[in-house]
Amino acid sequence: MSATTSIEQRGSVNYLNCDYSLKSWLITLDHKRIGLLYLIAILIFFLIGGSMALLIRYELLTPQGDFLLSDTYNKTFTMHGVTLIFFFLIPSIPAVLGNFLLPLMLGAKDVAFPRLNLLSWYVFMAGAVLGTIALVSGGVDTGWTFYTPLSSTFAHGAVVLAVSAAFVAGFSSIMTGVNFIVTIHMMRAPGLTWSRLPLFVWAHYATSLIQVLGTPVIAITLFLVGVERVAKIGIFDPNLGGDPVLFQHLFWFYSHPAVYIMILPGMGVISEVIACFARRRIFGYDFVAYSSLAIAVLGFFVWGHHMFVSGQSMYAGMVFSVITFLVAIPSAIKIFNWTATLYKGSIHLAAPMLFALSFMGLFTIGGLTGLFLASMAMDIHLHDTYFVVAHFHYVMVGGQIIAFLAGIHFWWPKMTGRMYPEGMGKLSALVTFIGFNLTFMPQFILGYMGMPRRYHSYPEEWQVLHVLSSAGASILASGFILTIGYLIWSLWYGDKASANPWGAKGLEWQTPSPPPTENFATKPVVTEEAYHYTPELREEEKEYEHV
Amino acid sequence: MSDAHVSDTHLPVAHQFEDEDQQFKSYSLGMWVFLAQELLFFGGLFTAFIVYRHMYLDAFVAAHHKLDWTLGALNTTILLTSSLTMALGVRASIMNRWRATIGWLIATCVLAFGFMAVKYVEYSSKFEHHLWPGGDFQFNVEGVDAGGAQIFFGLYFVMTGLHGLHVLIGILIMAWLAVRVYRMRNQVTDYIPIELAGLYWHFVDLVWIFLFPMLYLVG
Repeated sequence: MSATTSIEQRGSVNYLNCDYSLKSWLITLDHKRIGLLYLIAILIFFLIGGSMALLIRYELLTPQGDFLLSDTYNKTFTMHGVTLIFFFLIPSIPAVLGNFLLPLMLGAKDVAFPRLNLLSWYVFMAGAVLGTIALVSGGVDTGWTFYTPLSSTFAHGAVVLAVSAAFVAGFSSIMTGVNFIVTIHMMRAPGLTWSRLPLFVWAHYATSLIQVLGTPVIAITLFLVGVERVAKIGIFDPNLGGDPVLFQHLFWFYSHPAVYIMILPGMGVISEVIACFARRRIFGYDFVAYSSLAIAVLGFFVWGHHMFVSGQSMYAGMVFSVITFLVAIPSAIKIFNWTATLYKGSIHLAAPMLFALSFMGLFTIGGLTGLFLASMAMDIHLHDTYFVVAHFHYVMVGGQIIAFLAGIHFWWPKMTGRMYPEGMGKLSALVTFIGFNLTFMPQFILGYMGMPRRYHSYPEEWQVLHVLSSAGASILASGFILTIGYLIWSLWYGDKASANPWGAKGLEWQTPSPPPTENFATKPVVTEEAYHYTPELREEEKEYEHV
Repeated sequence: MSDAHVSDTHLPVAHQFEDEDQQFKSYSLGMWVFLAQELLFFGGLFTAFIVYRHMYLDAFVAAHHKLDWTLGALNTTILLTSSLTMALGVRASIMNRWRATIGWLIATCVLAFGFMAVKYVEYSSKFEHHLWPGGDFQFNVEGVDAGGAQIFFGLYFVMTGLHGLHVLIGILIMAWLAVRVYRMRNQVTDYIPIELAGLYWHFVDLVWIFLFPMLYLVG
């Protein structure tokens, strides 16, 4: 990094130093500041949900259910799931990185609807407050899936508050989706055609489609659960002739696509990071772009694979099974194309790249074990066991959270104007990779041996595997805490970042770090495709010493 | 009678947009995407209705006879007329005639209130006849499963209730727009919000077009 850049930047006004007052943050319409507001909010929920995970793993150290009693244990894993899914994973990449980066990548001054964007944050926080009240006023013990009739008739605790929290947070997700779709359609800089869009943008377009078309269905479903509890209007209650399985259909119609809300944006991040640190054009751009859309569309037709043992017709099950297998094709296209991008690339193992490689391995395992569960005969054995738990943690944690970390490290200099400590970043990538695998690999074996999910006691012969898993969880937690620690440290003590520390392509790197409020001094014009990388850093790109 | 003289012929453009055209297309696309979301929102309920109608056909047929189709038809007429007045309002605003715009917006509001009034009459009679599924539900028709009828009325109240909520929101939006047009009467009418509200209102109308035959007519 040259000394001139930092002097130049110290004097410049950017989106962070233009106004320091709290009020300026709370009424900001700047997409970059709203992204940071989301980052702070989801960090809090990550810590809450993560602590619950540690409580669960601590309980499972011993075969007896002694540390958390049954009731408390049920509430703990429910709030673990509700918090981390609705208040961390779903907004994680779209609302933080997506908000921050989409307008920059498109060469726009802001998203299409800045006020709607701010409103989405307040709606999210309202949902979050409801969720917190549900947590402290007795909790919920239904599992994050809120299955009826348990949730509508039998469950104690604050079910209505918890479903309201998810309902309200859902609308914030819809607002983000509407905003992104319109922004991507309407706000592209001159010359930025669809085939020149960064793959991060394609991934967010696919994600937004799911947010807009899926979320309202879960909203109405949770609304009906609330109505059934409050007004005693039975829609799902078998006592009143209702059908609890209908709830499962409606719930998974959203919640399966929602799983792809929790992976597609991560895939977008990985495409950017891999291309940059392999210094190669992404292999098969069109295929990677359209595979995002394919995953989004297919995702709407696979919900029945959650219900193979719910008395669904066998023929319906076969159709759902086949379509589920089809999802493997676009997912595999991505993995293969990233691998092909690495081939003969000029690979730099910076921390974001290590996270990206970690993602590729973990997501492959998460995706392939999904195929085990998609075959009906296997699923009868594995349904509701730790195999399922391990499978979706490989996709959600090993996929989305690792991709989130890759993205946070990659764009940290852009967001904050500071470099994170590179050595620490590499250490964190390593520790989280080891900790994660140690936590969840034993759970595949446990599940295969028959350990059901959501139990706090188990036969003694499984203790070794549970101890391994708990040990892994503590390593994983240290990795996350380490990361949060040095990232916050770097806000004050990190090296000043230049505009483009990685020599990366993309419009976001052509404006200072951190960017000015209006993003670009002059309206950018795009003249080349995305990922126009050359194998070695060009002279003007050599400012970054760490690579 | 002519509307006030207008000096400036351009609408204000928000800071994130380059020009009026981009702004209009963005707002319009945003509204359509929002309506797609609304469609799925009601879609869940329509699915539930179809599933239960299939499960409890006899009960649903018997229960639908308890609804007064003449009131439903009256409401359909009112709502369709309000769509017309709304469309005329949008046209008036594009032609920059502020008095006519306000007039049509108020007419639409009045019709919407009429719709809610009829709904009130309908709801009250359902409560009187113990057809509110939450309280002491009573439904005695020979050979018909009362549980199925209870689900019918559960869905009836949830669906028409949510639709009614959309009508109320529409009234608030149109009243706000009328005030806004009056305040800005000496400038070019910003027709974009009125056009978007029009899209919303036609959608609310369209949901009713499906609700009416499904709940009141199909036997």
